[in-house]
Amino acid sequence: MNAPAALKAPAGSDCAPVLKERGQREVFCGLTGIIWLHRKMQDAFFLVVGSRTCAHLIQSAAGVMIFAEPRFATAIMEERDLAGLADANEELDRIVDQLLARRPEIKSLFLVGSCPSEVIKLDLSKAAQRLSTKHAPQVRVLNYSGSGIETTFTQGEDACLEALVPEMPVLGADAPANLVIVGSLPDIVEDQFKRLFAGIGIDHVASLPERAVADLPGVGPNTRFLLAQPFLNDTAHALTKRGAHRIDALFPFGVEGTSNWLHAAAAAFGIDAAHVDAVIAPYQERARTALAHQRERLAGKTIFFMPDSQLEVPLARFLANELGMIPLEVGTPYLHTAHMAQELAALPTGVQLSEGQDVDKQLDRVRSARPDLTVCGLGLANPLEAEGLSTKWAIELVFSPIHGFDQAGDLAELFARPLRRRDVLKV
Amino acid sequence: MQLSVWTYEGPPHVGAMRVATGMKGIHYLLHSPQGDTYADLLFTMIERRDQRPPVTYTTFQARDLGKDTSQLFQDAANDLIERYAPDALLVGASCTAELIQDDPAGLVEKMGLPLPVVPLELPSYQRKEHWGAAETFYQIVRTLCDKTRTASDPAGRRPLANLLGPTALGFRNRDDIVEVTGLLDKLGVDVNVVAPLGASAADIARLGEADFNIVIYPETGDLAADYLKREFGQPAIRTVPIGVGATQDFVREVAELAGTDPEPLLAEGLSRLSWWSRSVDSNYLTGKRVFIFGDGTHAVAAARVASEEMGFKVVGLGCYNREYARDVRAAAKTYGVEPLITDDHLAVESAIEAAQPELVLGTQMERHIAKRFGIGCSVISSPVHVQDFPARYSPHMGFEGANVLFDEWVHPLVMGLEEHLLTMFRDDFEFNDSAVPSHLGPGHSVPQEQVAEPANDSEAVWSDDAQRELKKIPFFVRGKARKNTEAFAAERGVGTIELETLYEAKAHYAR
Repeated sequence: MNAPAALKAPAGSDCAPVLKERGQREVFCGLTGIIWLHRKMQDAFFLVVGSRTCAHLIQSAAGVMIFAEPRFATAIMEERDLAGLADANEELDRIVDQLLARRPEIKSLFLVGSCPSEVIKLDLSKAAQRLSTKHAPQVRVLNYSGSGIETTFTQGEDACLEALVPEMPVLGADAPANLVIVGSLPDIVEDQFKRLFAGIGIDHVASLPERAVADLPGVGPNTRFLLAQPFLNDTAHALTKRGAHRIDALFPFGVEGTSNWLHAAAAAFGIDAAHVDAVIAPYQERARTALAHQRERLAGKTIFFMPDSQLEVPLARFLANELGMIPLEVGTPYLHTAHMAQELAALPTGVQLSEGQDVDKQLDRVRSARPDLTVCGLGLANPLEAEGLSTKWAIELVFSPIHGFDQAGDLAELFARPLRRRDVLKV
Repeated sequence: MQLSVWTYEGPPHVGAMRVATGMKGIHYLLHSPQGDTYADLLFTMIERRDQRPPVTYTTFQARDLGKDTSQLFQDAANDLIERYAPDALLVGASCTAELIQDDPAGLVEKMGLPLPVVPLELPSYQRKEHWGAAETFYQIVRTLCDKTRTASDPAGRRPLANLLGPTALGFRNRDDIVEVTGLLDKLGVDVNVVAPLGASAADIARLGEADFNIVIYPETGDLAADYLKREFGQPAIRTVPIGVGATQDFVREVAELAGTDPEPLLAEGLSRLSWWSRSVDSNYLTGKRVFIFGDGTHAVAAARVASEEMGFKVVGLGCYNREYARDVRAAAKTYGVEPLITDDHLAVESAIEAAQPELVLGTQMERHIAKRFGIGCSVISSPVHVQDFPARYSPHMGFEGANVLFDEWVHPLVMGLEEHLLTMFRDDFEFNDSAVPSHLGPGHSVPQEQVAEPANDSEAVWSDDAQRELKKIPFFVRGKARKNTEAFAAERGVGTIELETLYEAKAHYAR
């Protein structure tokens, strides 16, 4: 499985050729996204149809079990469910009845496919149709796959949002132009962006997902959308098929990314760039002030990204361009060159990109490069720290508010803290 | 299918990981899809291990399924042997790989690998983590122990015992081993091998040289101990030395098997728990209602300590692992409670709510439940979280373990003096309902006000006077007072609960 793959430079970039690897991938599966998706969509419940491993993964990745009854659960398949699919479907119906009786406030139910449900070919889209009919109009039942054989970590969100696209109301050709921000953002960040767009003069702004599945925005030929996250390939494709237009931009991390993102949206709505500059100037100034505190500590420091969330390329661009860090290798599970073209062009020349993973070989490269900071998953962080290498848990980048001007300083702080801690400790 | 929110146990291959990760020079090749690598973080984050678990995952994806996943498996085997050069290899499948039926055991057999291979059959859709650990350890022992190495002539040497059961991610296993080894040393008994935690393939080979086995964690050690008894005739001690009484029993049993005298140790080695419990400050512990839930071994042990050594009243007892339910049922009978055998944490939550305990002894699940109810809790069993792997030495076994239990169980309770003060100053602004007991510190939420509504099926209505009086009762016993009063009223057909009803009920239920 470790045969070297041919090196190939991504089109239109000035980076070193992308190192493509296939081997053991030390990454989460798409089910992990349920942890933040269920907090975002407060009228939705996520039912994983899977194994004990799936249930164990979600509670382990979440780290703490803060909620008495979270809005997610696992229908754990047992021996007899594997014997016949008819029985498995009956069992699933029974579990859903049980769940909805217990949680009558649920308005949308996602049946989430897993590795075992995919392998036994349990058709969850049929199950969702059947259960939707049965429980309409109180509950809408949708489905997507968060399985490890289909999705890597944040791709689970992509699959979930893609499943929501057909549910978005139809906007006709005569509907006023609207903007959809695509990607699950913390409420505070979403509200900041909506205030900024209002200031810029874009009136109809909504998010996918909204805080309630019931409030899904409309979509039509006058819809333009901005990706707030770099891992939403399939969702973007589905929106395009419904007539919406993607606005190409940098991703909204740091001053550079956020400014570019807002400008791109304004341009698409025919708003004068000078007006946008005037609106965002105070925000940019504030963000630069916050970044200046961290720049001192981070400038000139080397950083190595293990593949994790697909946020790696935009984050490397932010750290290199705004904080003076030196990316040694930027690993990403997948490199969608189309959505990433501007990001790749904005990266410093000669940065080594890698796609996919052979974890043992990649760790060899980390050890030989000895970066000042390694961004990696929870399974690797302590072992690397024990070897004297500072690390940043990648998962925190997905759980924390890091987008936009007012979070730029916090984002930099996430990378600065491990280094500060290393300097402080005398034991 | 089973609807599950949180699980007490992971899948059986996680049990196998606990064994492999605890051992030295053993590698585990797990045929599994991408994503199953999450299990690494249990060890590196929760237990703060400074090395990756010795596990190679094949991490196949959908695109591999149409092709040759068995080739992927064989390539991974060759790669890991070259890189890690383990002394022995465990091979198995996680839940998804079990479904694609690549037969890891058959695949490696065909490869003729140059090292001992232990194939694991862990049915993911039937069994769970503890069983997986026990089965894995048993298979390792069966494959790697040298049947020609048996106990030598006992003359002229100290008796030898194996300590079986501790694993990586085991609750207090690290310190319990030290404590039990110290006890054995004082009894003149040497430890031959501790396994699986810390053992190498070479150590497993010489298990047969011990005179007997001590199963300090039956959940993971029983199957191997049974095998060793059959193969080498080694008797096994299954008394788990948690608490003063159980430790004394354990000491006597070991002495009996080893042919040494337990009395000097018993005379010297009493735990401080005995005096701490008899000292007058501990009077307030008398009859504290305690709810106990965990794995069978730890739950039964905790019940005995709670009842006989702390003077608590056991108001609930249960376990999540059915394999050890029989012991829990027997113990529950002696304490006069219904045994709770379930792995549904919502059922445990309702049982705790109904029992209205003042202290919960449980796993991290019960810690969360107790926190929500505003009840003190101490953790006595896996599954546990990062804070239950303390930096300090803190065994639960042996005489020092009993000291630790006293401290850990008393700490979450309202202290004796503080309880008196609460009663004395209950109307004082600092002691009112919204002032949380000082030992809980900031960040603990105040339990929710429940006075207004009568309990579920109660018809009785509270008079204003009675309701005001009820509010004066410290919040941590108020729920019980309310429930008792309403039950008392219902029994007597009292429609309105007056001030007097409250005190009559109090007298009725006085213990």
